[in-house]
Amino acid sequence: MAMIAVWLKIDEKRVAPELQEAGARLDGAQGEVVLDFSAVRRIDPCVLRAMEEFAGIADGKGVKVVLRGLNVGAYKVLKLIKVAQRFSFVS
Amino acid sequence: MITGDAVHERVQISLTTEGLSEERIAYLAGLVSQARTAAAVFTQFTQEDVDRILKPMVLAGLEQAQHLARMAVEETKLGVMEDKVIKNMVATEFAYNYVKDKRTVGVIREYPERNLLEMAEPIGVIFSLTPITNPTSTVLFKCIMAIKTRNAVIFSPHPNAWRCCSEAVKIMYESALKHGAPEGVFTCLESHTLQDNAYLMRHKDVGLIDATGGPGAVKAAYSSGKPALGVGPGNTPVYLEKTADVSTAVVDIILSKTFDNGTICASEQTVVIDDQIYDLVLKKFAELRAHICNEKESELLARTVIDPETGFMQPKAIGQKATDIARLAGIPVKPNTKLLVAPIQGVGREHPLSVEKLFPVLSVYRAKSVDEALKVCVDVNHAGGLGHTAVIFSRNDEVIHKFGELMNAGRILVNSPGSVGAVGAIYNDLVPTFSFGCGTGGGNSTTDNVNIYHYLNVKRLARRTQAHMWYRVPKEIYFNLNAVENVRSFPSRTTIIVTNPALERFGHVDIVRRYVPEGTHVHVSVIPDAEPEVKVIMQGVEALNFYKADQIIALGGGSVIDAAKIMKLKYEAPEADLEELAAPFLDLRKRVIQYPTEKINRARLIAISTTSGTGSEVTPFAVLTDKQRGRKVTLADYSLTPDVAIIDPQFVMSMPKGLTADTGIDCLTHALEAAVSTYASAYTDCNAMQAIRMVFKYLPIAFEHPGDEEARCMMHNAACIAAMAFSNAAVGVNHALAHAFGARFGVAHGRANALMLPHVIAYNAAVPTKFLPSPYQKGYLAHKKYATVADLLGLGGHSIDEKVRNLVVATEQLLDRLGFPRSIAELGISKEEFGRAMPDLTKIAFDDPSWRSNPRMPLMSELAELFWEAYQGRGVANAIRELQPQSA
Repeated sequence: MAMIAVWLKIDEKRVAPELQEAGARLDGAQGEVVLDFSAVRRIDPCVLRAMEEFAGIADGKGVKVVLRGLNVGAYKVLKLIKVAQRFSFVS
Repeated sequence: MITGDAVHERVQISLTTEGLSEERIAYLAGLVSQARTAAAVFTQFTQEDVDRILKPMVLAGLEQAQHLARMAVEETKLGVMEDKVIKNMVATEFAYNYVKDKRTVGVIREYPERNLLEMAEPIGVIFSLTPITNPTSTVLFKCIMAIKTRNAVIFSPHPNAWRCCSEAVKIMYESALKHGAPEGVFTCLESHTLQDNAYLMRHKDVGLIDATGGPGAVKAAYSSGKPALGVGPGNTPVYLEKTADVSTAVVDIILSKTFDNGTICASEQTVVIDDQIYDLVLKKFAELRAHICNEKESELLARTVIDPETGFMQPKAIGQKATDIARLAGIPVKPNTKLLVAPIQGVGREHPLSVEKLFPVLSVYRAKSVDEALKVCVDVNHAGGLGHTAVIFSRNDEVIHKFGELMNAGRILVNSPGSVGAVGAIYNDLVPTFSFGCGTGGGNSTTDNVNIYHYLNVKRLARRTQAHMWYRVPKEIYFNLNAVENVRSFPSRTTIIVTNPALERFGHVDIVRRYVPEGTHVHVSVIPDAEPEVKVIMQGVEALNFYKADQIIALGGGSVIDAAKIMKLKYEAPEADLEELAAPFLDLRKRVIQYPTEKINRARLIAISTTSGTGSEVTPFAVLTDKQRGRKVTLADYSLTPDVAIIDPQFVMSMPKGLTADTGIDCLTHALEAAVSTYASAYTDCNAMQAIRMVFKYLPIAFEHPGDEEARCMMHNAACIAAMAFSNAAVGVNHALAHAFGARFGVAHGRANALMLPHVIAYNAAVPTKFLPSPYQKGYLAHKKYATVADLLGLGGHSIDEKVRNLVVATEQLLDRLGFPRSIAELGISKEEFGRAMPDLTKIAFDDPSWRSNPRMPLMSELAELFWEAYQGRGVANAIRELQPQSA
């Protein structure tokens, strides 16, 4: 079982700053980071940029990014812009 | 909107991306990426979100209508500022009025009667080319459509209209963003090149190209390999027919042709005027400040506004005022002249002014007749205007319809202006648009006024429908001993009794005659005891005609009753072509050939069966032999079903044992096949199950004790009940095999069925290699139906497998008890002979329509296996393997 390095509940109103903060916590982290998106109803271009950036940092550190509770509408957005494969998903 | 761009871009647009720098490619790719993200994010928006963004956008466009119009005229030097204000307002207000209550998210349309929903899926990124002639109005319109449908747009305006267009995009974008639209939903290319367009047209993330421009742009869009909406050029013919309201027509034409100095591609180009009103029309034009050119002036005009080399209009004339064009041509006109009218003598290169002219120059033609007028309109339509717009002014509906038939135009406008009419929602109920689809005539994919539905992928959510089924049997069925007495209930002037020689000899005809109401003229038509031939049928029809019969009584087995059915058909509808009526079909309700419904004669058909098997007295089928062509013709239609069926066992008491067994097993096969048919329903199941129970109980008794009245009566009823089941549920592969085998080796139908029956039960109960589509049923049911039959017969068994096996065993035991040969080999047919026949047998069995309702779709190889199993005979029950899983 993978070790959970970071578990973060994402607040819909602060998605981008929270992802930036989470990015900073990845230094020295191992295993996977779980981002709980269950409270996020919709993602916008700004959030998408932050997510891609975060995925890039996590990639660089060999940390797997798991999105928990992401609604299917938002999941479709990730599929449409072809970044879904950069994340793992759990419900 | 097709525009003067036609001239500019005719040869310029190409799809090469050569010469694009890496920086430029990165810039363009960035635009697409941004639009893709915006479009993806947009998919999360609800209808309410979209509508909340849209309304303020429209208001912003309306507020800036004059500002944008002014910018457009200043930049492009085309058209009339005041008219462009109107265009901008139509593009916003009218478009909004059309879309505001339309659903474009989620379920957009419902068809409850068809169990169908239409749902919207946005396209994603749209690459949009916009024209020079209607620059800002086109941008405003496309922005509204895109927001309403949750798409992102990258605009590529005409280079000479870039500033006004990018301002329009900016106004729309800022409003949209302010009210919640995704960032990057609209972008406008900065000073672009043809290579930029080519790159974007081919970009993998661009979902649709919407090219409103000249033919070059349209062709490039369609050549890109992307889905595209491209609209083609116009050359609007107008027919001013003699019954028209001339005053109204002239005003409509002037207001339309001069609107924005004629830049709308749907505007009138050549007016074809009936001779009777020609002078009056020209007088009206002149009264309303049109200048009527004389011959010399027309020549000067043509030389000025049409390029003699290409035959197309000169760019310098596009969107210019009439007085300016007159000055260019050296034609003296009054300062308030608004339109130049030039008579032409024909259409084509020799008549330069017959082409599209996006400026206030109108050609007119004097037609001596309606035919000539229509011909010239066709010529104009084909001289560059295919698929676009055509106009007629007339009060004569016949001429209007004729014009509609002849014109290849997406918009055929009646008694209304061309340009302002084609835009829609002003003079008619056309959808408001700034993009006119021109169909294949114009090299486009649509003839519609392009609208929101062209910016959507419409998905259809089709629920499984509850198929309509049927249960059709004769109106009246009389049964049990002496049921024949009911013949007296049917008054008739002249009755023909159709029968065969044996039944006449046995005195059966006399019994029937006894009950025909007094005063009825009765004639007897005796036909051979064999499948009826065409010749025999036609002799019967002659008799019916000769006696003017109003009733037919068919007394006999299947052959006689079938003959009577066809005689009735030909008597009532002599034109009926039996060969045509026998055409193959898959579904009775969708068949190509329809049976006649108009009848010149009427005759009631009473069928009295004298065998207990075929059930022809209640079925909609009839078989006849065409000896001349050496083939059988099977007719099937509910109109063939007899009106009355009489099931009286007195006529079967003397049936020989062999016939009792053969017909009884035919009846059992009917019932078993109807029970597992893909057309089976609760209505047919009750018939099929009851018939099976009756056959298992009474057939052995009737066979062993032919004089047993109860057994005879029950078997006679069972045959009729089984026939009611298969009349509505049809039969299956057993009949297909038996038909092929029986015909090839001259084996009686019931006997051939018996040889196949246990094998077919095992076959249908197993896991099918191929399922047959059966919308009437849920899942595969054959094995369960057989198990139900086994339960009904009290055969025991704990599992479905066991019950099916018990049914096969019980069937084999019944066949043994009736003394049937249990293998084809027992008939004395050698293995070699049977093997030689096998290719034909399988082919004929596969072509037989009987199996179309079998639960399992037979492969040719499986038909061959079944034949070989029947050849070997016994041991089916032990050989049953791989039955359906219990849970299936």
